[in-house]
Amino acid sequence: MSADRAPRIVLAEDSVLLRDGLVGLLTRFGYEVVAAVGDADALLAAVAEHTPDVVVTDVRMPPGFQDEGLHAAVKLREERPGLPVLVLSQYVQRAYAAELLDSGDGTGVGYLLKDRVGQVEEFVDALREVAAGGTVVDPEVVRQLLRRRRDPLARLTPREREVLALMAEGKSNGAIAKALVVSEAAVGKHIGSILTKLDLPPADDTHRRVLAVLAYLRS
Amino acid sequence: MTVWQALGGRGYLRSAWPWRAGAFLVSGALFGAVVLVGIVAGVAVGAATAVVLVGLPLLVLTALAGIPVAAVERWRVRTARVGDVPAGAHRVPDAPGLARWLVVRLKEPETWWELAYAVLLALVLWPLDALVVTFAAGVPLFLLATPLLVAVDGEAKVVKLWTVDTWPAATGAALAGGVLLLVGAYVLGVAAGARAEVVKALLGARGQDSARVAELVRSRVRLVDAFEAERRRIERDLHDGAQQRLVALTMRLGLARLDVPPGPLADQLATAHGEAEKALAELRELIHGIHPKVLADYGLEAAVADAADRSAIPVDVHLDLPGRLPRPVESAAYFVVCEALANVGRHSGASRAVVSGGHDEERLTLEIRDDGRGGADIGGGTGLTGLADRVSVLDGRLFLSSPPGGPTLLRVEIPCRPTEPRA
Repeated sequence: MSADRAPRIVLAEDSVLLRDGLVGLLTRFGYEVVAAVGDADALLAAVAEHTPDVVVTDVRMPPGFQDEGLHAAVKLREERPGLPVLVLSQYVQRAYAAELLDSGDGTGVGYLLKDRVGQVEEFVDALREVAAGGTVVDPEVVRQLLRRRRDPLARLTPREREVLALMAEGKSNGAIAKALVVSEAAVGKHIGSILTKLDLPPADDTHRRVLAVLAYLRS
Repeated sequence: MTVWQALGGRGYLRSAWPWRAGAFLVSGALFGAVVLVGIVAGVAVGAATAVVLVGLPLLVLTALAGIPVAAVERWRVRTARVGDVPAGAHRVPDAPGLARWLVVRLKEPETWWELAYAVLLALVLWPLDALVVTFAAGVPLFLLATPLLVAVDGEAKVVKLWTVDTWPAATGAALAGGVLLLVGAYVLGVAAGARAEVVKALLGARGQDSARVAELVRSRVRLVDAFEAERRRIERDLHDGAQQRLVALTMRLGLARLDVPPGPLADQLATAHGEAEKALAELRELIHGIHPKVLADYGLEAAVADAADRSAIPVDVHLDLPGRLPRPVESAAYFVVCEALANVGRHSGASRAVVSGGHDEERLTLEIRDDGRGGADIGGGTGLTGLADRVSVLDGRLFLSSPPGGPTLLRVEIPCRPTEPRA
């Protein structure tokens, strides 16, 4: 995507009310919604036609109202490596997150609870992060994962756990520092300590770091 | 109309009833004789060769002879319309295969009542049938034919006792035969009706009960299916309706907040926004409790893992399934796990729980154990009673072991086969 034109988005959402709302929101924040469709097949067709910069899709869509949107997203990522896809779901599930993150190389992908669109600015930040090749996972998924792996995580201090959760959401060191009201250097120290305690290789690249954490949590 | 009503009504003699009654008794006599030969042969040959084990299957086969005999007898009663006998109510084996069929048949009382009837038919009923037919129809017909016999042979022996050789005597015998034939027609009707009552008494009443039980079982299954379908419908309606609207609402409120300068109105909007988000979160939990999507999309393993994630205490999951199971089984098993984990969290004081299980060829087995203080009771106001009902509809079983002091072990077994093997 180039800076001098609006990022082009293909949006798939079967609820007309929500689709119109999302188009309004995205337009307001400078995106160009080139196609807004209501089912997974139309999504695949629209992506083929418009080759957008980002795809935003719902999970549950006609005809089966199962997880059509998720499968379409996985398919798109396999067919078009590097196409950023943000998946919105009525509720988040580890299993869905795993399927999505395993597709492609795990970069330029986001999985958010649909509720998050209410926090308009955070939602747009997440979309930007995904469009820029980052990985964004809903805090709810992270919470599920953290709850699951209690024992090894018990070694982390409460502050380190906070940092880990924010890391897994794809936040940069600066963003984490801002959220926790500490210095970036302190965040860097926490991260080093977390990666050591979890036996993860140190990494600079934000999304690689997220992936490492998620891979560890999922294993 | 039953044979009893026909006997009391006018025009019985001109109707088909005496003929049907006669045919019923004659066929009964013939069939009974055949059954006698069959049973005697089966028992004799079977017993004689039982020593060398060849005879044992034959004896088993003879024990099962009541099944076809009863079927023929019910058919005879229905076809002759002399009585009302409901169809047999043998259970349908829960698995294919001859061995399973044999076990089910030998275990159910129906089989043994039918054998008892077959023995009674072979020893008592068919000679009675023959006797009635002989005296009610055979003798009168012979008497009617006396004049003919006298004309041909010059004499006729009635019932081997009374020799008729004169025309007046022959005429008298024929007249008597005519009268006796009319009486005999009624005797045939009464005998056939009584005989049908015997069939009904031995092969009917319990059959009717088990037929009713079978229908009750089926209707219970239908009810549970309807319940399940209703849950899915409610989940879908909430998802498509209220949830989407609430998401749209929070989004509009979020957008509105961007446009409002700081002040009282912005604060009000922020509160409203927060309330809407809370409502949305609660609705999401509610929908998840009604029918979790992960169960529909990914099956029991993922759904149980999800339930474990949500549990208040640490839960280890060791569940290995060959693939997807029938939806009602997945659903029942999932809700058992949820309820068990909820009870662990609420009452047991346990510090951890383990959900383990798997599927062998025939059944799904799941165990939920905790290290709590025990003393749980399946009828003690927990949601387990309803779940036990739900499991039993699927022919499954729920066991609870929870001695005071613990630990508590809940085990559920449901017979089923995978619907889709794992890809």
